[in-house]
Amino acid sequence: MSPTPTYNFAYLDEQTKRMIRRAILKAIAIPGYQAPFASREMPMPYGWGTGGVQITASIIGPDDVLKVIDQGADDTTNAVSIRAFFAKVANVATTTRTADATIIQTRHRIPERKLAEGQILVYQVPIPEPLRFLEPRETETRKMHALEEYGLMHVKLYEDIAKHGEIATTYAYPVKVEGRYVMDPSPTPKFDNPKMHMSEALQLFGAGREKRIYAVPPYTEVVSLDFEDHPFEIQTFTDPCAMCGAEGVYLDEVVLDDKGGHMYVCSDTDHCEERRLSGHRGVLSGDPLEAAE
Amino acid sequence: MNTTSDAVNVTLPPPVPATPVASHSSVALMASSPQIDPPDRFALRDGSESHKGEGGAPLLKVEGLSKYYGTRMGCADVSFSLWPGEVLAVVGESGSGKTTLLNCLSTNLEPSFGRALYRMRDEEFRNLYELSEAERRFLMRTDWGFVHQNPADGLRMTVSAGANVGERLMAVGDRHYGRIRATALDWLGRVEIAADRIDDEPRSFSGGMRQRLQIARNLVTSPRLVFMDEPTGGLDVSVQARLLDLLRSLVSELGLAAVVVTHDLAVARLLSHRMMVMKDGRVIEAGLTDRVLDDPREPYTQLLVSSILQV
Amino acid sequence: MYVAVKGGEAAIANAHALLADRRRGDRAVPALRIDQIVQQLGLAVDRTMGEGSLYDQELAALAIMQARGDLIEAIFLVRAYRTTLPRFGYSRPIETEKMLIERRISATYKDLPGGQLLGPTFDYTHRLLDPAIAEGGEVAAPVTREADAAHTPRVTDLLAHEGLIEADSGGLRHNDEPKMNDSEREVGDLTREPLQFPLDRDLRLQALARGDEGFLLALGYSTQRGYARSHPFAGEIRIGEVEVELDVPELGFAVSLGRIKVTECQMVNQFKGSAKVPPQFTRGYGLVFGQAERKAMAMALCDRALRARELGEDITAAAQDEEFVISHADNVQATGFVEHLKLPHYVDFQAELGLVRRLRDEFEAAQEPRQEAAE
Repeated sequence: MSPTPTYNFAYLDEQTKRMIRRAILKAIAIPGYQAPFASREMPMPYGWGTGGVQITASIIGPDDVLKVIDQGADDTTNAVSIRAFFAKVANVATTTRTADATIIQTRHRIPERKLAEGQILVYQVPIPEPLRFLEPRETETRKMHALEEYGLMHVKLYEDIAKHGEIATTYAYPVKVEGRYVMDPSPTPKFDNPKMHMSEALQLFGAGREKRIYAVPPYTEVVSLDFEDHPFEIQTFTDPCAMCGAEGVYLDEVVLDDKGGHMYVCSDTDHCEERRLSGHRGVLSGDPLEAAE
Repeated sequence: MNTTSDAVNVTLPPPVPATPVASHSSVALMASSPQIDPPDRFALRDGSESHKGEGGAPLLKVEGLSKYYGTRMGCADVSFSLWPGEVLAVVGESGSGKTTLLNCLSTNLEPSFGRALYRMRDEEFRNLYELSEAERRFLMRTDWGFVHQNPADGLRMTVSAGANVGERLMAVGDRHYGRIRATALDWLGRVEIAADRIDDEPRSFSGGMRQRLQIARNLVTSPRLVFMDEPTGGLDVSVQARLLDLLRSLVSELGLAAVVVTHDLAVARLLSHRMMVMKDGRVIEAGLTDRVLDDPREPYTQLLVSSILQV
Repeated sequence: MYVAVKGGEAAIANAHALLADRRRGDRAVPALRIDQIVQQLGLAVDRTMGEGSLYDQELAALAIMQARGDLIEAIFLVRAYRTTLPRFGYSRPIETEKMLIERRISATYKDLPGGQLLGPTFDYTHRLLDPAIAEGGEVAAPVTREADAAHTPRVTDLLAHEGLIEADSGGLRHNDEPKMNDSEREVGDLTREPLQFPLDRDLRLQALARGDEGFLLALGYSTQRGYARSHPFAGEIRIGEVEVELDVPELGFAVSLGRIKVTECQMVNQFKGSAKVPPQFTRGYGLVFGQAERKAMAMALCDRALRARELGEDITAAAQDEEFVISHADNVQATGFVEHLKLPHYVDFQAELGLVRRLRDEFEAAQEPRQEAAE
């Protein structure tokens, strides 16, 4: 039988890393443009973050500090699994603290804490093509991007307003990057869209199954699509976080009983913990040490 | 044969000598197909006039256009010029090549030979078959319209009427929902679709309504040239009449040039200033519509004209 | 008082332990061995190698064992392993006309040089469950014969000799332009470059060869039921071993790396002519690792259907839609994305909940004149 396999640093062989880095550089040179890359099979299934993992694997070095979040939390199962993967194949330091991380791999959220120069945010993307559900053909959407034909996108927004009185997209809300390419920011809630604009950090987007990488370099203009008379608006929550009292952050709904009782807590678990450690309290938090267990 | 007192009343002013550009194109290349150069102005049956453009340059100059499918001929040696505000009918029976010609002119098909020079908004003449994909698509969205015989082919059936009309505006950068909607409402009014249908999908429209919606969708960006493929085909007779009236008034109001393919001579009579008769892929007769219909010279044209049912 | 949920790491560890336990099952029952799977579940091994795109029977058997018999999971394991392997070259194309044939049939001729060789086929078995197999008794030795590659010409070569079938990997283009000489063409590699539609036939065939058997079977079936018809005949199906040879520049000649078993299917399809070329039959091609006849035949039917554009046919059915077929043929991608729905999506769901609640409030408010209290 074949010999037991040994793996290169961060799993991918150097040739593959080189190929991915070239795609990343191309993506950075053309903000918002989906650069094709020869995505590899990874040890986790397509759809479970292989694009993000391939990007992280190509850029991570022994001195990096890695944070992995899913739905804003470090402790959701897939985030745990990916963090363990890199701990195993790269032996890098990992953290749950946004402030301490050099690379943050994320699914569906941008951290509440403002990111700094030198940090890289790696997004996991299921469907990179913002026009996909309006036009299933790749041959057509490619042309539409090349010719800057985005009328169809606005038709969809127009229909929403005609039907619902407002734009009905609540996550994966399309944006225009540097005034040229329309991009899907990944299924982050539209609440997070403003964070992408003029960020100090580098934002990389990886779609493993669809084989595309795209990027928003630091200090890049990222504008959510809208109409002049129906401007883009983010979600608001009526109550602050029940644990730490934070306002202006994205909250998760937690069901407490089967009589409709529910409460809202920070989706970003690190942000919540940090606030509680500095003394902030919400209505339903107990002793700070107990809550952090 | 149909002689009417109207025909007698048409007064043709003495022809103005054609400008050098026009005469070059009309004389040099078209030995094989009959073609006449229309005078600068001529009155139509209903008293409206067609104009040559400022300076008299045509909008479209077609030279020796031919399309072959292997050895089978789709159309051959078609040449003509089209002036701004002028409607040209291409008439023939099934298999005459008129639809092939239309598809070549609108660049949906690539011809085997020949060229079509189009005067762009910057006054430059460009050969349509040498345009880049980007230029071609831009032209189709702004300067041209294409009215399909089956309106479902020219509409987004799963999107509201308002969005159908507004799409071209949004495609060229319009970003004010209220204004887009107001423009769409205005156009629905002009094509006689009730305002309260603006949010309905064309799926719920009758054939005539869909066709009128298609027309609105095409005209909202004030195109200079509209291609029409049997625009009244498949519609009830009374609906046809209403649609033709609408088309005629829009064409004259907006100064549109149009190439209308039809097998129905009545449509040609009502809509066009000039017409070409096609048979087996070739143009066998051409001229002012009234002249061709009232005084057909070719035997085939005579046959067509005499076959019109008198009701 | 609410305590935030934690412990994902521990949960995962426990889940893995449970999985290992279920995989082993009742400890009193003897454990499976790799060689048992290779020997006695050979067709599962063949499918795993074919769709895993890696020829290694023991590795495939291990994958099947690790996957508890779930073949798509096993295929995934093989693919993930394949990714890590260094590539040191490309073999010469295998020569199926020199195959050491175990099975060879043709539906287009009653008899032909080389004969009809049934091989180890299920075809004429009566599908009656047979407990005797489970009782393990002696299995008699079968009749054998010498392989005779020299006298078993390919059926498609016989037809080509008379000009009755289009040239191999040639094909009519609808405007009759000749194809680029094949020796000049670079063969693509879909594991090394991202696919870009429209595809050339080499990349399509690669995608089909590793595509899901069930998906391709259904599509092939659809072409027989009127969803794009190509009048297929099974020109030839052959199963056997072929030599894999690698050119070694330093030695100046090719070195044999060994033999692999493959299944090859040549479908003979609807003829086509044009202004310059008289009518000829057209081809559909299938090639897979191991003994996988159903897959090879389905692949050949799909190959032919996907050549619609090349052959100037109207595209009316799903099987002819290249983007549709090729984008969805890879079961590793498909299962990844379908199953990713199990991952938490509560943040996005929260966003939708918010919108729906608000729209419902607005709806109620519009129905009744008085104001509703805000949530």
